[in-house]
Amino acid sequence: MPGVVLAHEVDWEGFRAAARALALGGIPPDSVVWSVRAIDDLFGSEAPPVSGEGAFRLPRALVSLAETVIQASDPQRFALLYGLVWRAFQGDRHLLEQITDPLVDRANRLAQAVRRDTHKMRAFVRFRVVNDGGEARHIAWFEPSHFIVEANASFFVRRFAGMTWSILTPYRSAHWDGAELAFTPGASRGDVPDDDRLAEYWRVYFSAIFNPARLKIGAMTSEMPRKYWKNLPEAAAIPELIAKAASRTEAMEQQTALSAPRPVLRRARAPAALPNSDLARARAEAVQCRRCPLWGPATQTVFGEGPADAAIMLVGEQPGDHEDLAGRAFVGPAGQLLDRALKEAGLDRAALYVTNAVKHFKFAPRGKRRIHVRPETGEIEACRFWLEIERAHVAPAVTIMLGATAGQAVLGRTVAVQKDRGVPLPLASGWGVLTVHPAFLLRLPDQEARAREYELFLRDLTAARTLAEAATRPISPS
Amino acid sequence: MELLDKLAILADAAKYDASCASSATDRRDSLKGGIGSTEGSGICHAYAPDGRCISLLKILLTNACMYDCLYCINRRSSNVQRARFTAQEVVELTLGFYRRNCIEGLFLSSGIIRTPDYTMEQVVEVARSLREDHGFRGYIHLKTIPDADPALMALAGRYADRLSINVELPSQEGLDAFAPEKDLPGIRRSMARLRLRIEEGREKGAPRFAPAGQSTQMIVGADASTDRQILGASTNLYSSYGLKRVYYSAFSPIPHASSALPPRAAPLLREHRLYQADWLLRFYGFAEEEITTGDDDNLALDMDPKLAWALAHRAAFPVDVNTAPRETLLRVPGMGVKSVGRLLVARRHRRLRLDDLARLRLSLPKVSPFVVTADHRPRFVDSPRLATALPRQLSLFA
Repeated sequence: MPGVVLAHEVDWEGFRAAARALALGGIPPDSVVWSVRAIDDLFGSEAPPVSGEGAFRLPRALVSLAETVIQASDPQRFALLYGLVWRAFQGDRHLLEQITDPLVDRANRLAQAVRRDTHKMRAFVRFRVVNDGGEARHIAWFEPSHFIVEANASFFVRRFAGMTWSILTPYRSAHWDGAELAFTPGASRGDVPDDDRLAEYWRVYFSAIFNPARLKIGAMTSEMPRKYWKNLPEAAAIPELIAKAASRTEAMEQQTALSAPRPVLRRARAPAALPNSDLARARAEAVQCRRCPLWGPATQTVFGEGPADAAIMLVGEQPGDHEDLAGRAFVGPAGQLLDRALKEAGLDRAALYVTNAVKHFKFAPRGKRRIHVRPETGEIEACRFWLEIERAHVAPAVTIMLGATAGQAVLGRTVAVQKDRGVPLPLASGWGVLTVHPAFLLRLPDQEARAREYELFLRDLTAARTLAEAATRPISPS
Repeated sequence: MELLDKLAILADAAKYDASCASSATDRRDSLKGGIGSTEGSGICHAYAPDGRCISLLKILLTNACMYDCLYCINRRSSNVQRARFTAQEVVELTLGFYRRNCIEGLFLSSGIIRTPDYTMEQVVEVARSLREDHGFRGYIHLKTIPDADPALMALAGRYADRLSINVELPSQEGLDAFAPEKDLPGIRRSMARLRLRIEEGREKGAPRFAPAGQSTQMIVGADASTDRQILGASTNLYSSYGLKRVYYSAFSPIPHASSALPPRAAPLLREHRLYQADWLLRFYGFAEEEITTGDDDNLALDMDPKLAWALAHRAAFPVDVNTAPRETLLRVPGMGVKSVGRLLVARRHRRLRLDDLARLRLSLPKVSPFVVTADHRPRFVDSPRLATALPRQLSLFA
């Protein structure tokens, strides 16, 4: 029966060469005996006993699994891996996707154990600091369950590249001198110095961060099994923390019963007052608006902004996600499209008063996003209170209504945007021009329709500008 | 006061904050200088006997506070012993513990002293010194103060991986009764500003801003808020501010507490159920209304919320594991996101039987009453006895 002797426990190159040769030589898994050369004999793996002709590439997924599995302490791992190599060689495609195949399952379990051990090493290695002639050296003792030191050392290099450190384990030790990584044979626990001064600080921290009213020993030991405790400085504090938890909690509860009565609570809140004629004051008071339930889920009231003597007022539907976060109207995607259109229509946004019919964002939560929900008549009516204050103070010559909700809010009736758009509509004060909401343009799926509708939108904005210019032109003797 | 005594006081003062994550930030290492690394998933370096992981050095800069939040051990009217670290002391402790591989980094919070801006300045200075004076590449989580100057927030975001503001209670009514200085709309406006800044920071070439996002915490069982209110608040917070996590912290008795508070700890099982529900909302496609329907405004304590949903929707079962789509499988009690992913891969190659499910690490007693496999069809889906026959996790120690 062919025997393969690998150079060391994680001799991946040796295993790969042997496995390839065996497979090409047609040697099935149950007729190979795998072993590792004794520790004091460090020179190379024995040449594979057979070699076949031809090429055979291991699938990448299998290589990556095998690199992990080979670190497992199970002596059967080489045979197991060769079993997988053999099946891949036999043409078993998608081998690793057959998760419930017994052989694949065994390999996955070993890989999982190795990954867990790797993670625990990263978590539970504790360096002690010794000063060698002024330079600090960091030394740790760790007892892994698998052969993980070689593969895991690079993690500690990336993290502690500027330090000089050694991690000693029973089977192998890793050393970093600030430039080179080196491995030496295993060591013993006695080679590591005693705790340094900071270990005591760490124990104090560990004890203080523990909450005795939440004792959950099982939750601790499932993640930090007792086998690791002897090398963790903080673990020395655990027995006493557990023993005293109940009495400490009881003492706290007793103190509670004896404590002083609850202090008098005061909350400074602006007194509710009706808005008066000052637009700025209305804006300040709208912050607290509770006229409809939309304030609850929203972040803030988004009031209008712009010069109080603007000739044109722009009324949208309601703030969107971005506007709700920023507290300003038309700053999201629809706002950017609006800005572009205003510019092309010869309008300066800074000279306009820009607001919305409804001042809170109405939405439905969907995971990490909020989906816009159209406001209902009751909400539009409730918010008209603010819009009318804005309209009364700004008294624009022209009001541009963006979409049906804005139209309804300004005109006080339901409107058909496509029917009434672009024509001057008489208002109690000034003129109104109805057009689509820019978000409507963003929702159009096809490019052509979007371009067409954008032109119509521009035409409506231009009509509004012309109207405003006519209305505000000083009457001059001709 | 000795540094060791300060450490004991200021760690004790920080332990009621449940947040411990050190994940989800950008990848860094110290190969080109400095110290430390972050590689996607965080590392829990120790576990205290309360079962909570210790990943970051979680301390307060000071436990002196102008605020008087009744549930807080550090409130103004508490007679707890006060202490204050210098920025330098926090920096040295962080580096000292980090070099010994005890922590992934620092989670620094503070009581409010003098003004919100002054406090925030002190907190930011620690982070600045770690990053700029010592080239610290580990994880930094800073608690931010809602009313602090935006310029300080910008600095905090530049140095920190994660920022957080705790809402503590789900409603302003609750805060009015327990935390008179806390203003929920103000907290929400701050979270909104953070979300905008975090999103700007993700754009190419933008200055770094808290790449691990923001999180928050709610205390459970200090006031009368129901699970429905709490989960409603979470749903709103996740969708509005893109929070990475909402932490739930069962109210736990504190020394010298106000008599307005419950004298005993809220059941840890309630906290656990809220986390399970939170996961169902975020990863399992459940809507909040599905989890908290029915007459009870609180989650059942005697079974997990997914099992409760399944028992209330028997008509949805059994589910055929060989044909059902992913979103249906995710609703089967006992099936997790990972196992469903593995199941979907495995069933491409064979018709799954019960022993396949076992190899997918599924618990057959939990799963089998709800699924059909090539060799199994459950008998009891309609039986009223099913509810009592199923294995349950009644204890957190199981």
